[in-house]
Amino acid sequence: MGDFHNPEADLDRFRFRLGFASVAVLLAFGVLVTRFAWLQVIQHDFYRTRAEDNRIALIPVVPNRGVVTDRNGIVLARNYSAFTLEITPSQAGRLEDTIDALAEIVDIQPKDRKRFKRLMDEAKNFESVPIRNRLTDEEVAKFAAHRYRFPGVEVKARLFRQYPLGKVGSHAIGYIGRITERDQKWIEEAELTPNYKGTDHIGKTGLEQHYEFELHGQTGYDEVEIDSGGRALRSLKSIPPISGNNLELTLDIKLQEITEQAFGDRKGALVAIEPSTGGILALVSTPTYDPNMFVDGISPENWKELNEHPDKPMINRTINGAYPPGSTFKPFMALAALETGKRTPQQAISDPGYYNFGNHTFRDDKKGGHGSVDMYKSIVHSCDTYYYMLANDLGIDAIAKFMGSLGLGQKTGVDLGKDDSGESKGVLPSPEWKKQRFKKPEQQKWYSGETISIGIGQGYNAYTPIQLAQATATLANNGVMFRPHLVRNIVDTKSGEKRPVEPKPIRDLGLKPKNLEVIHRAMIGVNKEGTGARAFAGVPYTVGGKTGTAQVFSLKGADYKHSAVKKELRDHALFIAYAPVENPKIAVAVLVENGGFGAQSAAPIARMVLDYYLLGKLPAGAAREDAAAVEDDNEE
Amino acid sequence: MIDVIGYARRGMRALVAPIDFPLLLITLAIMAVGLATVHSATFDGNQRMGNQAINMGVALVIMWLVARLQPQKLMSLAVPLYLLGLVLLIAVFLFGIKVNGAKRWLNIGITRIQPSEIMKIAMPLMLAWYFHKYEATLRARHFIVAAILLVVPFLLIAKQPDLGTALLVGGAGFYVIFFAGLPWKIIIGLGAAGAAAAPFLWTMLHDYQRKRILTLIDPTTDPLGSGYHIIQSTIAIGSGGPFGKGYLNGTQTHLEFIPEKHTDFIFAVYSEEWGLAGNLLLVFLYTLLIGRGLMIASAAPTLFTRLLAGAVTLGFFTYAFINMGMVSGILPVVGVPLPFMSYGGTALVTLFLGIGLLMSIHSHRMLVKK
Repeated sequence: MGDFHNPEADLDRFRFRLGFASVAVLLAFGVLVTRFAWLQVIQHDFYRTRAEDNRIALIPVVPNRGVVTDRNGIVLARNYSAFTLEITPSQAGRLEDTIDALAEIVDIQPKDRKRFKRLMDEAKNFESVPIRNRLTDEEVAKFAAHRYRFPGVEVKARLFRQYPLGKVGSHAIGYIGRITERDQKWIEEAELTPNYKGTDHIGKTGLEQHYEFELHGQTGYDEVEIDSGGRALRSLKSIPPISGNNLELTLDIKLQEITEQAFGDRKGALVAIEPSTGGILALVSTPTYDPNMFVDGISPENWKELNEHPDKPMINRTINGAYPPGSTFKPFMALAALETGKRTPQQAISDPGYYNFGNHTFRDDKKGGHGSVDMYKSIVHSCDTYYYMLANDLGIDAIAKFMGSLGLGQKTGVDLGKDDSGESKGVLPSPEWKKQRFKKPEQQKWYSGETISIGIGQGYNAYTPIQLAQATATLANNGVMFRPHLVRNIVDTKSGEKRPVEPKPIRDLGLKPKNLEVIHRAMIGVNKEGTGARAFAGVPYTVGGKTGTAQVFSLKGADYKHSAVKKELRDHALFIAYAPVENPKIAVAVLVENGGFGAQSAAPIARMVLDYYLLGKLPAGAAREDAAAVEDDNEE
Repeated sequence: MIDVIGYARRGMRALVAPIDFPLLLITLAIMAVGLATVHSATFDGNQRMGNQAINMGVALVIMWLVARLQPQKLMSLAVPLYLLGLVLLIAVFLFGIKVNGAKRWLNIGITRIQPSEIMKIAMPLMLAWYFHKYEATLRARHFIVAAILLVVPFLLIAKQPDLGTALLVGGAGFYVIFFAGLPWKIIIGLGAAGAAAAPFLWTMLHDYQRKRILTLIDPTTDPLGSGYHIIQSTIAIGSGGPFGKGYLNGTQTHLEFIPEKHTDFIFAVYSEEWGLAGNLLLVFLYTLLIGRGLMIASAAPTLFTRLLAGAVTLGFFTYAFINMGMVSGILPVVGVPLPFMSYGGTALVTLFLGIGLLMSIHSHRMLVKK
């Protein structure tokens, strides 16, 4: 610059700067080209994958859940198609406004909104999310008329689980419900996470839970091309789902229904087993509940009612209720005595009506005693003194060993619930059990006096009805033992191929036929001339049985007066039976909570079950309580 | 007999006289690519190719009209145009209409106009005129005045906010000052001062502008928000590979993953379908365009025409570099179209005004010398 101005120099300088600019432009474009080469050559594979991921979405197609039928093909759990109102969030604009506007056309409750929000969080934005389930035909028509106002909202058909018989057999069948975090963990542990994409229900209890992975089926996929808004444009590939396997049960639902009716409004449990297979014919726990309530997510009011009901309908008493077996324990005690050689059938005792051990007197129910009592009479008339003495002679270890071999005090492994975590073990009393059960050293010691009441099925004894049924079935089947089970066959939906669940017995106890003969004869005697005679009057088939009464409340020394005791303190009534004895088709264990004497309320139920199953005789309502029946009758 | 052929020939000659064919052919080539890409970007939706062809026709006519003007005429337009632009920018600042949070538009009754667009041409015209006027007595103070003439509109536009246009206007003005002989010491000094002032400037930026810069450093920090554009356009370019997915076959384009695909992000569409090979061709065409522009500047007879030609040419470079840089993820996202490619009439008209200026300068270079 300066005062001196030289046009030639100015032009040179200008041209130099043009050259400088040219170099700068080339350098800048060089940077761009380097960037392009980096993206398009070196990183090409990475970005190609990203572009593919962008455009392809896998939409899971949920398989049909397997159907559950009883032994005669009656459907117990099935799927039905119903209309749902669904929103695809990516296409629907402002969700709150959309839902508010929809609520003017169809009924949308706050709980529907809550559920929608929860489902939204789980879903991808190209998946549609239900806002309302089970639209009525009227609602479908109403929405159709307003469809144009709601982009991204549509009516879809979805499959829902249904239990057509409602309350009948609910403890066996179980139910499905929405997948929770805990279920998610279960699925992860089974390494089935991919197969549960798109599935939102899972078995929660009973067979639905135990056979979850059989029933679920194989999830299919639709590979679709999507745009940035998540709209599916076209299908590229489709892998159809494979329906879940069907379950064919050993359960006879008609028998189940009749049994439930026989209980009336009484609480209790009954397990009926086919002795030759271990197949469960009826598995009753009363009161029951309607599993259909759970499928869609149970309402808080219903849930509260079920949970807070004093009769606790949600508890499956057949596998979770542990009760002292009472006198139903006696035939097994007698068998143990014969097998160990501690008694012969003919060996008799003289019963004064009590038994003194140490400085304690153990009473028999019958004042003055039964006189001379052999093994047959001890079972038929349920003589306590005979078993007090026998228990003392056998000792606790021998009792525990024999009863354990019958499966008492152990989980049966019945096919209910997730593995066997839902089943109770009960208590098979033994010195070892006591050591584990109690903490203080003085409590851990086994007193020989404690063995005495074990002999009549009281004391620490506590078994689940299914264990008692299994033991009875094993006795009926002459010592050949099966795991009780509800599913006969798993049926492959595609090939129709049937997979039997329990074809082989778990063990043969090797019981001596002549000993078994003694017990069978005595148990027939119970129903002919003993404590079960009133309930089984005029029975046309041979039936073995044994009554039992489990003390709920101990009246020290005083007489137990049925009517004087409050209902919830009344004894539990038990009855075990099997028939026909020469070729047993059915073995049952019945428990009526607070039912009083076994002969009074449990035996009549057993009679109804056997009459229906063996003779096809339909009862006329609930079994009556036999007020005249007593635990220890004097008809003889 | 009337010499029909002679008339026609003379008429033809008059028609083509102001036109610089190398420049025309290069721009036509880029526009052909652009038109095809606009078609690809819009054929499955709102077809824009026809509109764009009309825009191009109008722009070419304007180019021809400008090319016919004498450079003296251009000089006489410099001050009024600059003042008009400045007044309108102030009006925008005071009474502008807000669209999408930015105050860029002015309602003049019949229609809305964007005065910052005028400045893209008015700025280099004005500064070139100014330096030309004081060519013989150029002193430091003239550079200071030039800087003020540059900075005031720049700030007004940046304040709207419209960082993209501000950069284009500021760039065009700076190129004039640079070619006018701004000493290197000062250029380097300014660069150093800019770097030192960066933290302060950072605080001056709007939140959304800061976010764009942050997003550039790591787009994944906000993949569904401001990072989305960069991520998706980078995927489009990268997935195009060496030779592209083929015309009309870009998945990122046709499944709507690319935002603004027929305007600011049209390069992603082109690059996905034609790959690195296509990019090299396009960069080559821009290089030819700039090369031809700089040749014209070099041959220009007066300081005014030299400065104007140089600044306009580098303006094209600014457009192309900023646009391709932002779409490929090395520059922040600012609203700069890809010259002669992006859909939009206003941008095309402005660009062809520039081409027209270059042609005017080139076709009248001999007249001045005589």
